[in-house]
Amino acid sequence: MQPLLTVNDLTMDFGGIRAVDRVDLRLRPGEIVALIGPNGAGKTTLFNCLTGLHRPTGGDLVLAPPGRPQRNLNGLPPHRITAAGLARTFQNIRLFPHMTVLENVMVGRHCRTTSKVFGAIFRPEATVREERETVGMSLALLERIGLAEQADEWAANLPYGAQRRLEIARALATEPLLLLLDEPAAGMNPQETQELDALITSLRDDGLAILLIEHDMKLVMRLSDHIVVMDYGRKIAEGTPEEIRRHPAVIRAYLGEEEYGA
Amino acid sequence: MTPAPEKTAMPTGKDIRQALLTGFWFMFLTFPLLVIKVHPIEQTVTWRWANMLWVGGLSAAVALACRLVAAHRAAGGERRRQEPDRAIAAPSQAFFLTPSRLVPLLAAVGLFFLVFPLLFSTYQVNIMTTALMYVVLGLGLNIVVGFAGLLDLGYVAFYAVGAYTYGLLHLHFGLGFWTALPIGGLLGALFGVLLGFPVLRLRGDYLAIVTLGFGEIIRLVLENWGDFSQGPSGIANIARPGLFGIEMSLETSLVYQYYLTIAMALLTIFVVNRLRNSRIGRAWFALREDDIACQAMGINKTAIKLTAFALGATWAAMAGVLFAAKTTFINPASFTFLESAIILCIVVLGGMGSIVGVVAAALILMLLPEYLRAVAEYRMLVFGAVLVLMMIVQPQGLIPRVRRTYTGSH
Repeated sequence: MQPLLTVNDLTMDFGGIRAVDRVDLRLRPGEIVALIGPNGAGKTTLFNCLTGLHRPTGGDLVLAPPGRPQRNLNGLPPHRITAAGLARTFQNIRLFPHMTVLENVMVGRHCRTTSKVFGAIFRPEATVREERETVGMSLALLERIGLAEQADEWAANLPYGAQRRLEIARALATEPLLLLLDEPAAGMNPQETQELDALITSLRDDGLAILLIEHDMKLVMRLSDHIVVMDYGRKIAEGTPEEIRRHPAVIRAYLGEEEYGA
Repeated sequence: MTPAPEKTAMPTGKDIRQALLTGFWFMFLTFPLLVIKVHPIEQTVTWRWANMLWVGGLSAAVALACRLVAAHRAAGGERRRQEPDRAIAAPSQAFFLTPSRLVPLLAAVGLFFLVFPLLFSTYQVNIMTTALMYVVLGLGLNIVVGFAGLLDLGYVAFYAVGAYTYGLLHLHFGLGFWTALPIGGLLGALFGVLLGFPVLRLRGDYLAIVTLGFGEIIRLVLENWGDFSQGPSGIANIARPGLFGIEMSLETSLVYQYYLTIAMALLTIFVVNRLRNSRIGRAWFALREDDIACQAMGINKTAIKLTAFALGATWAAMAGVLFAAKTTFINPASFTFLESAIILCIVVLGGMGSIVGVVAAALILMLLPEYLRAVAEYRMLVFGAVLVLMMIVQPQGLIPRVRRTYTGSH
C-alpha cells in the first residue's frame, strides 16, 4: 500500500544544535509506528516539525490521502496541517482547563466546521444544524473514550488518565488520517494503560495511521507494527518489534547493555 | 496607639513581625504626604505625627488580617482541591440559576429599567444612560480580554474612533446619528484589525504595552492634528439622536437616549452571548486557555485574534457614536488612558468572560461614585483597593462565568 505520510531527510536546527538529523519516515493507513529513544533524542521535536509548530530547517513532508491528490506539507502553519489530516496530543497535557470536557472536544471540530460571525449572531438553519452535529459527534467521541458521563465537567477537574484520553478524543474530533500521540501512557496506571491499548488498537482498525512516542516498552512492543529508534536526533534503527529487540545499536543506546524483555 | 496584632491569639510570631513590618513600610511610604504639611504662604511646616500612627496601625492590622485569611484558605485548600469547581462557579450563583427564580428576577430588573425615567429625575436618567454605555463598552472589551484573553489597554482608542466618526461626519457632511452609527461601527472594526495586525505575534505584557501605546497614539493624533480634529478644543454642537425628524425637548431627548442606550445594551448582551456560545466563541476560549493546543486543533490563530479585536472595537466605536450624540461635544480629553483602565476594571471586577458579571460591574462602578459624591475624591483610591481585594478574595470576578452544559445531566 502507498504510504500516507512520507518524510524525507527531515532536519531541524536550533542555532548550532541539530535536534533532528535527516530522519526518514513512512506511515501507511492502519499502521502503528512507534518512535522510541532516550530522553532528548529529538522525538518531540520531530513531532513538532510534523505538526507545524516548528518549521523544519530541511527535508520534505508529503501527505498522500487515499483517493486524493498528494500534497506537500512543508512550512504550512499548524492549523493548515491539522486541516490536512494530522492531529496530535501533547507530552505535557495541553487541554483547555477552563472549558468543559465536551467543549474541549468541540474545539477539535473547528477545522471541519465553517460557521462565521454572521452565523454565530443570526443562527441561520445551517449554523444550528452544524452546531447540533458538532455536539453530537463530540458526545459520540466522549462515549468512545468513556468520558460521556463527565461531559459537562471542567476539563481541569478530570483525573490524569482521563485528561490524556480527552486529549485523544479532541484530536480525533479533527477527523485525522494520522494521529500523533506523544507519550499517551505516561503517568497511567496498568488498568488505564490497558484501556489505552484497546483504544489505540480500535483506532488502528478504523484505518487510522498512528505515530506513537512512548516509553512503556511493553505497550510499544505489543502495539507497534514498526518501530523507529532515535538517538541524538538521528534514526539509529528501525524494524519490527522483534528486530528492534535484537538490534545491537538499540540495546546499546536505549535499552542498556542487557537485553530487554524476559 | 499600638498596632492590632496583640488583639488576636491565633497569629504566630512571624505573622506579627510581617504585619509590623508592613505597618512601618507604609508609615515610611506615606510620610511625605500624610505627615508633612507645608504652608507656603505662612512659610511654616506642620508635622502631623498622629497620622503616621494611624497609617502604621491600620496597615499593620490589614496586613495581619490578610495573612490570617491566607492561612485559613491554605488550610482549606485540601477540601477545595477535591471540589475545585467552587473556584470557578461560585455556589451563590446556583441559587439564581433555576428558571423559577431567574424569570421573576429578570422580569423585575427589566421592569425597573423600563420605568426608570418615569420615577427618577432627568439627572438620574442621565447618569444611568452613562452607566449603560459602560455596559456596552465593558461587554465589548470582554470579547477581547475575557473571551480571547488578549490584554488590551488601549480600548478607549476605538471609543474615540466612534465618537470622532460621528463628530466629523456631522461637522463636515451634516450626517445624522443613525447614519453615523453603522459607519462608526465599521470604522471601529477596521481600526481593530489595524491594531490587530502589528500585535499578532505579541502576548501578555508585550501586547498590553503595545495596545496602551496605540490608545495614546490615537488620542495624541486627535489632540495635535488640529486641521483634522479641531485639536483640544474639540467638536461642539453635535446633533442628538433623531427619531424620524420629530422635534424633541431636551428632557424628552434625554429619555429617548436612555431607551436608545438600553436597546443598545440589550443588543450587545444578545450578540455577545451568541458569539460566546458559538464556534468562534469556543475558538476564542481555546486561544485564551492554550494558544499552542489551539493551533494544533486547526484554529487559525491570526484570523481568530483579528476577529476578536475587530468585534471588540466595533462595540467601542458604536458606544463612541452614542457618546458623541449624548454629550453633543467631544474632545480628546474624554479618551485618556484612565477610561481604558476603568473599562478594564469593569471586565476584571465583573469576571472575565462573564456577561452578567460585566453588566453588574459596569453599573456598580459607574453608579456608586455618583451616589457617593461625598467621598468622590477617594474614588480612584477605592477603585484600586476594591480591585486588589477582589484579586485576593475572589479572583474569578464578581459573578464568574457559568459553565455551559449540553447534556442536561447537571
